[in-house]
Amino acid sequence: MFAAANLDAILLTAKLASVVTLLLLLIGTPIAWWLANTRSRLKPPLEAIVALPIVLPPSVLGFYLLVAMGPHGPVGQVTQALGLGTLPFTFTGLVVASVLYSLPFVVQPIQNAFAAIGPGLLEAAATLRATPRDRFFTVALPLARPGFITAAVLGFAHTVGEFGVVLMVGGNIPGQTRVVSVQIYDHVEALEYGQAHELAILLMGFSFVTLFLLYAFNRRATVPGT
Amino acid sequence: MNDLAARFRHGYPGFGLEVDLRLPPRGVTAIFGPSGSGKTTLLRLIAGLERAADGYLSVADAVWQDAQTFVPTHERPLGYVFQDARLFPHLDVRRNLDYGLSRIPSSLRRVSLDGVIELLGIGPLMDRKPERLSGGERQRVAIARALVVSPRLLLLDEPLAALDQARKQEVLPYLERLHDTLDIPVLYVSHAIDEVARLADHMVVLDGGRVVAQGSTLDLMARTDLPLSGEDAAGALIEAGVAGHDETYQLTSVVFPGGRLTLPRQARDVGQRVRVRILARDVSITLAAQTGTSIINILPARVTAIAAAGPSQSVVSLDLGGTAILARVTRKSVDALGLKPGLAVHAQIKGVALLK
Repeated sequence: MFAAANLDAILLTAKLASVVTLLLLLIGTPIAWWLANTRSRLKPPLEAIVALPIVLPPSVLGFYLLVAMGPHGPVGQVTQALGLGTLPFTFTGLVVASVLYSLPFVVQPIQNAFAAIGPGLLEAAATLRATPRDRFFTVALPLARPGFITAAVLGFAHTVGEFGVVLMVGGNIPGQTRVVSVQIYDHVEALEYGQAHELAILLMGFSFVTLFLLYAFNRRATVPGT
Repeated sequence: MNDLAARFRHGYPGFGLEVDLRLPPRGVTAIFGPSGSGKTTLLRLIAGLERAADGYLSVADAVWQDAQTFVPTHERPLGYVFQDARLFPHLDVRRNLDYGLSRIPSSLRRVSLDGVIELLGIGPLMDRKPERLSGGERQRVAIARALVVSPRLLLLDEPLAALDQARKQEVLPYLERLHDTLDIPVLYVSHAIDEVARLADHMVVLDGGRVVAQGSTLDLMARTDLPLSGEDAAGALIEAGVAGHDETYQLTSVVFPGGRLTLPRQARDVGQRVRVRILARDVSITLAAQTGTSIINILPARVTAIAAAGPSQSVVSLDLGGTAILARVTRKSVDALGLKPGLAVHAQIKGVALLK
């Protein structure tokens, strides 16, 4: 159905988005929990940092990541000392960049879901002998489930949809960093409009169906008794 | 020895709580006071949901808080019923009950799940989610959930406050059954004097974060120097025994130290102990015993104290020969009758309510 190069790009994109979504849920959950419960003065600055990718041009984030992960950057020094080489223009580098870039899309829904639960039910759990950890897993997590679903969908979709950061950090290496959005750009530059259209309509359909399902789910989740 | 000792100094801007309490090891103690008096804060401090910088708390010889110790809430063997029930919305009633029960080692379980389900009458609700329960049902499930963890102390924070009158009447009998069944101390926060009268053996009266009185409910209810007596529902409680029934007129008489009262026929056995409540507004005072009146209960009394209750009203404390009741009269009547402590009068009692 798809040309081989396009299929490679699709599979790579799916792999990237899956890995990134998984990592984001692991990293984003503790951040969201802390933000939802803290009264620390560090909360506003941390929230601002998490939200930065929403307003920054992807090229800005990509530029600094490129510098930081490059051979002379602090991250690059560490990765080289560990014998990992440098991360720019590798799949791993792309994962790191994508995690940072999509972080707010995962943290914010989870944080809102945790905040909506409020302290009341967790207090009730405490009076029923549940330890803080126990309360998190048996009360907070199940009740925040709609937030997690939103977070996972947005994190995945946003990673699929990124372009600027990928181009800056990942470049355009087939099978390594050439994701669908970059492939479309390539096709257009080469005036292969048919090929570009094949991928573009796919992303369009994917994005619509994803968002549609998400809104449909959220509507159901907020109607009591369903 | 098994009692509860609590001493807290806890403050934040605009509010300070300073209490020093010793409560008996069994029976229901009402923590009574107007809103903002610190009742709920006191309960939260006892549960460890809030932490007073300066506090001491021991329950049945176990220290829960002192200068070195602060036992976290989940390690305190207590049961807590919140005003808003706080059932877990993602779990059905059965799993709400199991939540606490499954976290108690079986060696510490002293309360049977079936017994609690029976006590609160929630058997038919077990498979329902909380959203499909009425307010009264929710509160009964919340009470059951707090009981199945075999608490050594039960804390109830205005469990009826969020319910309408009909739901209150639905839940109250269950609370009364609790009172008769439990052998642990129960703290019952309330600002409703009629609930306190029905349920509490002891009372702690809070106002502005301070304890203004503590003692037996019977004693405190009959005092004129507490904010209680100014309430519309103020009135004395009397412990009495059923003396007999008049089948012709369908009346029951009860005796208490200092007199006898007649009230509509009650389904009680002769000799049974009952608690009756006489509202201050249902008692009037005459200097001489009235004849030719429809009021049945007229008892000789002696004035012991008079206190103002609002701009036009006074509350008069009357001694019926060992038992105190309150009467609400106008200040004008106090002057017209020349009421003063020591004066012998007659109390005309229009209404007597049997509580249990």
